[in-house]
Amino acid sequence: MSGAGAWTTFWRTVRGRAYPRVIGAQREKSWVFFEIFLPLLQVTAYVYIYRAIQAPAEFVGFVVLGGAMTAYWQNVLWSMASQLYWEKETGNLELYIVAPTSRMAILLGMALGGMFATTLRAAAVITIGSLLFRVSMTVTNVPVLLGVFVTTLVALYGLGMLLSSMFLLFGREAWHFSNLLQEPVSLVSGFYFPVRALGRVVAAAASILPITLGLDAMRQLLFPAMMANLRFLSAEAELAILTVAAVVFLVLARQGLATFEALARREGRLSVRGQ
Amino acid sequence: MSRNSQGRGEAWRSFRTATWLGWQIESNWADPFVFAVYSLVKPLAGAMILVFMYAVIAKDGLASPLFPAVFVGNAVYLYVPSVLSGISWTIIDDREHYGMLKYVYTAPVSVFAYLTGRGVAKAATASVAVVVMLTVGALALRLPIRLASIDWGLLAASLLAGSAMLAFFGILLGGVTLITARHNYGVGEAVAGGLYLLCGVVFPLDTLPHWLAAVGRVIPITYWLDAMRRAVLGEGTAVLSGLSNGLLVSVVVGSTAVLAGLSILAFRLAERRARARGLLDMQTMY
Repeated sequence: MSGAGAWTTFWRTVRGRAYPRVIGAQREKSWVFFEIFLPLLQVTAYVYIYRAIQAPAEFVGFVVLGGAMTAYWQNVLWSMASQLYWEKETGNLELYIVAPTSRMAILLGMALGGMFATTLRAAAVITIGSLLFRVSMTVTNVPVLLGVFVTTLVALYGLGMLLSSMFLLFGREAWHFSNLLQEPVSLVSGFYFPVRALGRVVAAAASILPITLGLDAMRQLLFPAMMANLRFLSAEAELAILTVAAVVFLVLARQGLATFEALARREGRLSVRGQ
Repeated sequence: MSRNSQGRGEAWRSFRTATWLGWQIESNWADPFVFAVYSLVKPLAGAMILVFMYAVIAKDGLASPLFPAVFVGNAVYLYVPSVLSGISWTIIDDREHYGMLKYVYTAPVSVFAYLTGRGVAKAATASVAVVVMLTVGALALRLPIRLASIDWGLLAASLLAGSAMLAFFGILLGGVTLITARHNYGVGEAVAGGLYLLCGVVFPLDTLPHWLAAVGRVIPITYWLDAMRRAVLGEGTAVLSGLSNGLLVSVVVGSTAVLAGLSILAFRLAERRARARGLLDMQTMY
């Protein structure tokens, strides 16, 4: 296939794999409802904990923002990392492998479609949460805030693409592994409180997950007064680290896909179902 | 052999086999060490989120008078999603993942006993996590949990009544799952998430707006959690302090009896509908 033809196929694949998430995922109204309602339930529970202990109002804002970002982490776990496992179980994975296209394009399509669909849900969580709990945010630097948000998503979905290729080797443990990465990540990434509360060493270790630094930076830019003494690093430093992480995760995802796919092929794991 | 004793034998055999099967499905994907870590890390991390929220924000930190009841409520609540989602998820898992639900219906199996057995496997894993969490609470967080001061009678009565209540709740959700497609996974999680909020698991019930607190007061799980708190800590929450231990357990037992009737009826109706519509072997590529 010529270079131009290969690119055309690549982008058509990206578009084709993103389509079910951009369009299809909005058609199942119950999914849309649950994907907004479940994070909101959790947010509401944590808001009332803070109210019970008379925390400053900004902490309610921290929780609402953390709840919205939870939607992205859930999407990365269940619709990126575990996706190829589901595809294997439903018999689609073989079709992906035999199709004359790049597997990276498939992963990229999954990531872009997931980002779009999840952004709709996260926006709903932020809007409803802010209105319900009267959260007031002060946007101090729009370009940096946008930069942090977009870079966080790129790094996060890059990590998702890497996990997705690693999960090619998994059977049922894929489901359990994704399940395991929920509460512990909510804890170490500071979804419901500033990550600095865990101490600098834990916060630094948790920074391997892009959402840790992304959340900390976004909180600094939205709640500057409260975060002045609670920030982990400056927002600019966190943006710089996130940019590096985004590149590293995308490169690793590309290499990981080739390595794990070859390994899964050799060990005959690509078509094993119900394992 | 009389028909009754044959039925009891079938129910016991179904329950025993389903418990074993559930345990295998839950645990045999990993070696015992990995499985133990998996079973403990997740609930402990959830509890640590609460610990840090209190430690960082509450005026008295972990010495806050609210904290012990919150910690124990959160630990005991592990049973709720485990049993509720465990039983309703069994329908999806057997129907769509393993394609076995139709065979369960064609075999001499008591479906209620089968579903309850699958829930027991989940509850067993949750029990280990609850014990570990309470131990961590007692030893690391210095909560007033002492073996000598635990009200074992109240604990046993509450656990027994609460387990039955959750099992019937699970069967009710299983009925809903039997006749729904694609959005099944959300049912158990949404109900468990809603109950987490409404039953005052991690904050006093009167923190909620009046109308939400009123909803929480009619949910039997609220009373069950407080009975468990009283058994473990010696005191429950202020909201239900006017009720005696006996009354709390009676509320749980009475509501379990009502729930039993309702859930069996609802499940039978759902089952009839599922048979009529050919949903027992539905494949929705969940």
